[in-house]
Amino acid sequence: MMRGSSGTKLTHQPDRAVCMTNCPTLIVTVGLPARGKTYISKKLTRYLNWIGVPTREFNVGQYRRDFVKIYKSFEFFRPDNEEGLKIRRQCASAALNDVRQYLTEEGGQVAVFDATNTTRERRETIIQFAEQNGFKVFFVESVCEDPDVIQENIVQVKLSSPDYTNCNTEEAVEDFLKRIKCYENSYETLEEVLDRDLSYIKIMDVGQRYMVNRVLDHIQSRIVYYLMNIHITPRSIYLCRHGESELNVTGRIGGDSGLTPRGKAFGKKLSQFLETQGISDLKVWTSQMKRTIQTAEALNVPYEQWKVLNEIDAGVCEEMMYEEIQDHYPLEFALRDQDKYRYRYPKGESYEDLVQRLEPVIMELERQENVLVVCHQAVMRCLLAYFLDKTAEELPYLKCPLHTVLKLTPVAYGCKVESISLNVESVNTHRERPENVAVSRMSKEALLTVPAHQ
Amino acid sequence: MPGELTQDRIQKTWERSKDDPPANRRAAGAPHFANPPTVIVMVGLPARGKTYMSKKLTRYLNWIGLPTKVFNVGEYRREAVKNCSSYDFFKPDNECAVKIRQQCALAALRDVHSYLKDEGGQIAVFDATNTTRDRREMILQFGSDNGFKIFFIESVCDDPSVIASNIMEVKVSCPDYRDCNKTDAMLDFQRRIECYKTSYQPLDPDQHDRNLSFIKVIDVGRRFLVNRIQNHIQSKIIYYLMNIHVQPRSIYLCRHGESTDNLEGRLGGDSGLSPRGKQFSAALAGFVEEQQLQDLKVWSSQLCRSIQTAERLGVPYEQWKALNEIDAGMCEEMTYNEMKQKFPEEFALRDEDKYYYRYPAGESYQDLVQRVEPVIMDLERQENVLVICHQAVMRCLLAYFLDKSAEEMPYLKCPLHTVLKLTPVAYGCKVESISLNVEAVNTHRDRPEDVKRGPGTLIRRNSVTPLTSPESNIKKPRIDDLDEADFSELPPSVSSPSLCSPSHTPISLSGQHWLGRVCLT
Repeated sequence: MMRGSSGTKLTHQPDRAVCMTNCPTLIVTVGLPARGKTYISKKLTRYLNWIGVPTREFNVGQYRRDFVKIYKSFEFFRPDNEEGLKIRRQCASAALNDVRQYLTEEGGQVAVFDATNTTRERRETIIQFAEQNGFKVFFVESVCEDPDVIQENIVQVKLSSPDYTNCNTEEAVEDFLKRIKCYENSYETLEEVLDRDLSYIKIMDVGQRYMVNRVLDHIQSRIVYYLMNIHITPRSIYLCRHGESELNVTGRIGGDSGLTPRGKAFGKKLSQFLETQGISDLKVWTSQMKRTIQTAEALNVPYEQWKVLNEIDAGVCEEMMYEEIQDHYPLEFALRDQDKYRYRYPKGESYEDLVQRLEPVIMELERQENVLVVCHQAVMRCLLAYFLDKTAEELPYLKCPLHTVLKLTPVAYGCKVESISLNVESVNTHRERPENVAVSRMSKEALLTVPAHQ
Repeated sequence: MPGELTQDRIQKTWERSKDDPPANRRAAGAPHFANPPTVIVMVGLPARGKTYMSKKLTRYLNWIGLPTKVFNVGEYRREAVKNCSSYDFFKPDNECAVKIRQQCALAALRDVHSYLKDEGGQIAVFDATNTTRDRREMILQFGSDNGFKIFFIESVCDDPSVIASNIMEVKVSCPDYRDCNKTDAMLDFQRRIECYKTSYQPLDPDQHDRNLSFIKVIDVGRRFLVNRIQNHIQSKIIYYLMNIHVQPRSIYLCRHGESTDNLEGRLGGDSGLSPRGKQFSAALAGFVEEQQLQDLKVWSSQLCRSIQTAERLGVPYEQWKALNEIDAGMCEEMTYNEMKQKFPEEFALRDEDKYYYRYPAGESYQDLVQRVEPVIMDLERQENVLVICHQAVMRCLLAYFLDKSAEEMPYLKCPLHTVLKLTPVAYGCKVESISLNVEAVNTHRDRPEDVKRGPGTLIRRNSVTPLTSPESNIKKPRIDDLDEADFSELPPSVSSPSLCSPSHTPISLSGQHWLGRVCLT
């Protein structure tokens, strides 16, 4: 549970000392080029933001690219290149400055300082910087000597880097390998004895082994747990909703109804679709609601039920049509349109609550390989927002239509999405944000964007 | 074609309609992904906290719904050998003793096998020093022969003050030293440790043991080395081990002050405090001050009655939605009588199996455990904490700390206006119940006498003694004189008359109490 993240609220005492549990945290990556530092930085940032911890990454390489408009060759990184060293130091300082601003003035809670940081001297500078500003430091080192892994990394993310737009593949790989060599001689890995007072995790051989030292607080513990659960084995995650349900068709939200004939047809189509995908070892997960289970039953494969995948609890509005909600609770309806992410139905849940409830699902999805998750509209929006790095503002309006499968495949630093409609007609359940969200609005204005239903 | 689905009457889970009678097992609360049975193997010199971690881990795993049991080889040894107050027994050149110890390990492994294969166990914790490669190789072979996953937990510590403190806390009062004074016991135990040191082969991640799955806990959790995590359950175990600590501290559990709904006998809801409830809050504020704790964290749920209680304390507090009372779904805000009238079948079903019973459109205690787990994880990280919550939630938390079974949990007594102070001690938890002397209604409903019991819920036995059935009381030949020992064969299972039946354990000094009964003479 994060201090100040979804689900918990802190009552403040303004004159409390700065560095208690709410100390901003500076995560510092360490490692030779092509060891997955940026991959880890981006993924970690995405995860922390999703669970409600404002996080931002600061990639020093990016600062360098902005400064040195045109990259010529690995020579820039040679340890005896005075000019190069000076520029690189400046870029690191500029990045740290932005870190300071983000954590002290812009409400950031975690900053990820993504650079090689391979010398003790550089790390000492950062530690002092953090101390001066009251930040906690946590190092994440990635160590890997497997040439296949390194080669794969270079191919996946370096070749397409702006640094190499004008090179062919062979030239780029050759240059990059020489670039790595520039760092090797001065590389001082985090050590058991010398660095015993630092907080860090050392990831070895893409997660085969970890060394964890002095985890100081909750957020560091969560970060370690996350990093130990992610992997890079290729796989795909399929997200879809249950087939069309009886309540869907009458425009009612929530409830626990069964599938319509069209919904059942979707189940069959889904089964056929999965067969064409030819997936080895597909795990299927559903919620504990009738409509997702009925859908999974059509697949004729074993599946696991998760209660936490149940649809958002609409509390007093369960099984109501939007028109009825407007009728009985016009104030609530307006408030929801004003802040759909944080709005909690009376005696029900908010999207913010959903995210917290779904976190174990995300953690397990990270551990797994090929998975199909049969869930619900709001739940699917939350999961999708995690994979596609959507903000809290965008999340409740992501389009997740019935009878459509989203296939997510990790690629480079992000996620490729394929939307596959299984060509079974269904009602539309997506309600866009209306123009007028004021409490004083008229019924007509509130109901403008309600999708058609029986 | 999607088959017909029926809803289980107790858990409200949807399942395929079956022609056969309902299965005896209840559906798990959450997918556990722990399909192959696992043997957790402790490794380390004596007094490194192996048994502490074994028991704690077992308690946690059982609480989250994974049947787990500890098999402590020292217990088997104490059963076999009457008098063991001298470290001589542990000398590596004491051939006879070496043989006995080997036999004890084998007996324990036989019971592990039985637990995992025949008794529905999911995880067995093999608690012994396991300090040699030979011993570990034997266990790996055992795992491989039986399709069990093997996960090692090694505790490495060379801090003399930690070791001395461990010896004082749990060793000198152990049955091995019942006839000794503390100083002699301490000295003897330290010599016992020396006996193991020469043959100790720590796990070697670089060479010999690089393909094994293990975690090395170094210096009481300052550092960890984790190698080859294979699956979900190993990942959770590691996360748990990285969050626990041994700093002295106390956890205070209490409910909100009496609410207006309480006065009317209503379930759930979100009402405010009654006048007596407000009195309690004031008394709680006084109590907290008296305790004079540095740095007390205060947590509350997000329901009005808890928040009002916390507010009165005048200190910062954190609100957790996860601490909200169990959702009674369609029965929210009803009195028990109203529920009995409107939903007579539901009312009866709940009494039949209160742990697994889920209110229609609501929650069960089993659901609560899953919901409250992050709170437990954070409580483990914290030091002094006061948790202001609700009856069902408090029963869940209490069951975790006092190692109560799923069957007992929904009937634990958590009266209003009473604070439970939990302090970790030795292998367990000391409980002090402090009534703040403000009258309140009683909201506790005992299990009715005439109720038909549901299918047996998991009765975990994480008491350390082995055993398939209480009836078999096979007495083994005692060895009064080591020279005479003839240990060609140990009986199939080592017996012990004690089986701590959980429902009779008094609420005070849990854990400690069991230890006394379990370490037989």
